[in-house]
Amino acid sequence: MSQTDTAVIDREWKRYALGERIARFVVYLALVAAVVLSIRTVEVIPDFILDAPEQIADLLRRMWPPDVASYPQEIHAALLDSLHIATVGTVLGVMMALPFGFLAARNVTPWAWLNWLARLVLISTRSINTLVFALFFVAVFGPGALAGTLAIAFHSIGFVGRLFSEALENTSPGPIEALRAAGAPGASVISFGYWPQVSPAFWSLVLFRWDINVRESIVLGLVGAGGVGMALDNALNLFQWNRVAMVLLAILGVVIAAEVAVTYIRKKII
Amino acid sequence: MAQNTDGAALVIRSLVKAYVRGKPVLNGITLDIASDGITAIIGPSGTGKSTLIRCINRLVEPTSGEIIFAGRNLVTLNRRELRAARRQIGMVFQEYNLVERLTVMENVLSGRLGYVSPFKAWLRRFPPADINEAYALLETVGLTPHVHARADALSGGQRQRVGIARALMQRPKLLLADEPTSSLDPKTSVEIMTLMRDLSAQRGIPAIVNIHNVALARRFATRIVGLSGGAVVFDGAPDALSDAYLKQIYGGESWLDGHSENDSD
Repeated sequence: MSQTDTAVIDREWKRYALGERIARFVVYLALVAAVVLSIRTVEVIPDFILDAPEQIADLLRRMWPPDVASYPQEIHAALLDSLHIATVGTVLGVMMALPFGFLAARNVTPWAWLNWLARLVLISTRSINTLVFALFFVAVFGPGALAGTLAIAFHSIGFVGRLFSEALENTSPGPIEALRAAGAPGASVISFGYWPQVSPAFWSLVLFRWDINVRESIVLGLVGAGGVGMALDNALNLFQWNRVAMVLLAILGVVIAAEVAVTYIRKKII
Repeated sequence: MAQNTDGAALVIRSLVKAYVRGKPVLNGITLDIASDGITAIIGPSGTGKSTLIRCINRLVEPTSGEIIFAGRNLVTLNRRELRAARRQIGMVFQEYNLVERLTVMENVLSGRLGYVSPFKAWLRRFPPADINEAYALLETVGLTPHVHARADALSGGQRQRVGIARALMQRPKLLLADEPTSSLDPKTSVEIMTLMRDLSAQRGIPAIVNIHNVALARRFATRIVGLSGGAVVFDGAPDALSDAYLKQIYGGESWLDGHSENDSD
């Protein structure tokens, strides 16, 4: 096979071709430039950084001990409000998301323009932050739990609808084909063919969204949309640091409890 | 019952299907299917066996041609009429196509979805007659102990039995089977084909079966149709299927050495 010829051909091999090497260099350069530019824009003031540990220590000192007495007085009720906002908001959001999920799934809805319309709704609701929705609904309905609930519901549409439509698109087409071949009407194809295939994904993403919404509902009070965030806002404005500490501890407790509950239920369902 | 000519259950005329324009997979198929017996369709992979069977109930839309069933041309039916026609055509699939997360009973009852309103189906309120028939069918296919099991808990052979029960639940006038044994071992394949032959004979339902296995086709079919290059190249009784025809259908001859019984894909 091999030549007896002594001439050894040194074939060159490089991982990247010249064009690729130039492209990579340009990307690196752009990254470095971006970092440098960002740091300049942020305008870091060195004095404030040096000062930070002292400030933090001071704040913590003021926060200690947490104002336990304030919990039953006002924090508890506000916390429950937040949980209710999250739960009702999730239920409403899921109900609004389901039709769009079905419309966005290409295998369920074979009309491209409807897919795009539904996807537009899903993308826009997801891209508008809950806080922005909350500001809007506070302006419409006035401050309180209703505004918060609607903000949560509307922002959830995009998340739930998108993941639900993806779950639908990942269903196996065989059973669907079999039901169609038997002359089943569309609604029955959905309830017998699609639903059993997506229901675990559906419940799991509803729980996941509820978990997220519990955390989002807490912040909503800062813009006057009800819940424990309002208690936090009040305490901050009045410099009642011990009370702030209590609110933060309560929030931490709820978030951990929600996480544990979701993990437990998920295991049971799936 | 059948208003069409000379008692044929199904008449296919000049059926053409081209997925890509100008490249037809089926090249003008014309077939009459008698009102009883099993018609086996054999042919190499990619020759349009599956397409042919799927054109009959329009899971694949034919490009041109006529398919006359129960006195109507299926090709020109609108969606509503097509649904009504499909209720009378049972279908069995290679991959069973059961809804995995539903029980055996629910899968069998899903054969009645064309007759039960979506709301009642959702509530699982099927007419008592359907439920009785489902139990009887499950008894016939030997799955009584598994009625409440989920479909994904069954073996391949058991799943295909559910598939057959579901198709017969439609009380069909025609049974289509697309490679019903290709995912099964040889022993189970024979059991499934025996079941299909017996049930088809008992209930007087003609069946069209796509099959890869020439030996099985010879053993169970009353008629064999050989497809090659999108056209019918053999049509006759199993005894008439000589090696010369097999050579013409599948091409080559080295695989014919000894017996033609052990062909597989």
